[in-house]
Amino acid sequence: MIETKGLRKSFRSRQGKQTKTVEAVRGVDLMVREGEIFGFLGPNGAGKTTTLRMLATLIEPDGGEATVAGADLRRQPGEVRKRIGYVAQGGSTWDECSAREELVVQARMYGIGKAEAQRRAVRALEAFQLTEYADRKCKTYSGGQRRRVDIALGIIHEPKIVFLDEPTTGLDPQSRAHMWDEVRRLRTEGMTVFITTHYLDEADALCDRIAIMDHGEIVAEGTPAELKREVAGDVITVGVNGTTPQAAKLLDTADYVSRLETLDGGGLRLYVDAGATAIPQIMRTLEGAGIALGSIELHRPSLDDVFLEKTGRSLRES
Amino acid sequence: MKLLRDTWIVFQRQMLLVLRNPVWLIIGVIQPLYFLLLFGPLLKRALNAPTNAIAYQTFVPGLLVMLAMFGSLFVGFGLIAELRAGIIERSRVTPVSRMALMLGRSLRDVVSLLFQSILITVLAIPFGLRIKAADLLLTLLLLAMIGLMLSAVSNALALKLRSEDSLAPLMNAVSQPILLLSGILLPLAFAPIWLQRVADFNPFSWAVNAARSLFAGHPGDASVWQALVIVVVLTAAALTWSARSFARSVR
Repeated sequence: MIETKGLRKSFRSRQGKQTKTVEAVRGVDLMVREGEIFGFLGPNGAGKTTTLRMLATLIEPDGGEATVAGADLRRQPGEVRKRIGYVAQGGSTWDECSAREELVVQARMYGIGKAEAQRRAVRALEAFQLTEYADRKCKTYSGGQRRRVDIALGIIHEPKIVFLDEPTTGLDPQSRAHMWDEVRRLRTEGMTVFITTHYLDEADALCDRIAIMDHGEIVAEGTPAELKREVAGDVITVGVNGTTPQAAKLLDTADYVSRLETLDGGGLRLYVDAGATAIPQIMRTLEGAGIALGSIELHRPSLDDVFLEKTGRSLRES
Repeated sequence: MKLLRDTWIVFQRQMLLVLRNPVWLIIGVIQPLYFLLLFGPLLKRALNAPTNAIAYQTFVPGLLVMLAMFGSLFVGFGLIAELRAGIIERSRVTPVSRMALMLGRSLRDVVSLLFQSILITVLAIPFGLRIKAADLLLTLLLLAMIGLMLSAVSNALALKLRSEDSLAPLMNAVSQPILLLSGILLPLAFAPIWLQRVADFNPFSWAVNAARSLFAGHPGDASVWQALVIVVVLTAAALTWSARSFARSVR
């Protein structure tokens, strides 16, 4: 659905008398597949929004190539616009207009006739549970309602891909969960969804595949599970009764354990490639040696561990 | 065809917003209204005009050009608000014509301006103003062109500056001398020669002269076609520039 090669963009900013060139995006290679929720994870200022705006034809790349929904980004921007939807971070509704009015005008800007535009508005209002407020002015809406209107506007023309820039930033936990459901619904309807986020849990829970971006470059790409496995595998904490040194000796030589640490409290921490298969193996090994297993616990590394590994700092800190 | 359709869609939406808050239409007409009511009555003696009607024949056309200038020059502020609200960006990701985004907005300003101009003209009738319908129509055409030109310029500048803080001082710095050099308040015939020569370079002083000829019932006066030619050329240039800035903000 989206393929980019070496996409670049730099901005010139003036600080006092000096002009500084900021390389916002320095060569992004991406591959987004049809029908997936693809997430762009990174701290603020990483270049996520700039990349998204380039792909949505809002700013012209300085270099590189991209195909979006089968159209060449640089040679056929008009064609790209017809096939994509874009929902900006800050929202985009008129205070004085109602959701219905906004939806109709938006549809008409895509060349859809008046009657059909009205039908689509009705359908969109229903789908996003906005019918109740359809004819109220947008300025009376809550944050979550506004965001739903924004997304409804972005997909009124039934695009193949929809870009959502930080769709849940500033929403309360309930609206956020609601928004995740909406995004999943878009995928069910056959749309490819490209979102940016700086929330680890959002990238983890919502996205089929993610790319982690930092300082204008992609530092990792894959499914959340792959990325986490790639970094550290899984972590298993084992508690045994009184025979810790013996257990440590046994497990340290096992080929499925990549690293072992003895904990202060008497337990063991094992780094393994895949926890799900390692647990039964550990249990068998210990049982075979007659060691009683007290407790066993599996921790999966978080995406933050991935970010830490790739960039040397935690996403939470940046 | 697509351009016309898209322009109509943008224009409709913009007019809806104007009608939803019509108080701005009135606010825009308040300054010329004050001039009409509080400054106009001074003119018969000041201009040494034989009757009030003649004084208003001189004064009202100037007022209308002032209305066209000020009303339109400041529309860029609205565009900056739209930029900030993300509305322009939302339009830009659609395949809607870039020219239509600009034209639809400028036409909204022209319609508002025509409404305000007619209001001022009608309110001047009790003071003795008389004008033929054909002459008034020609004046309105001239005003509409000025409105289109300055609204386009204002929007183009707004796109470039993107901040009220830079737009406001620029507009004031430009509009004040243009206003004073157009002979709106007092005819430039009172001015010393050097000031008249400077004013010759001000297209709006030509427009004011033309509007005065029309209000005096002389549509055949050379000043009328001269002003129309000047205004048409400048309007075409302004529209081209503005359409380019709309298109360049995104291809």
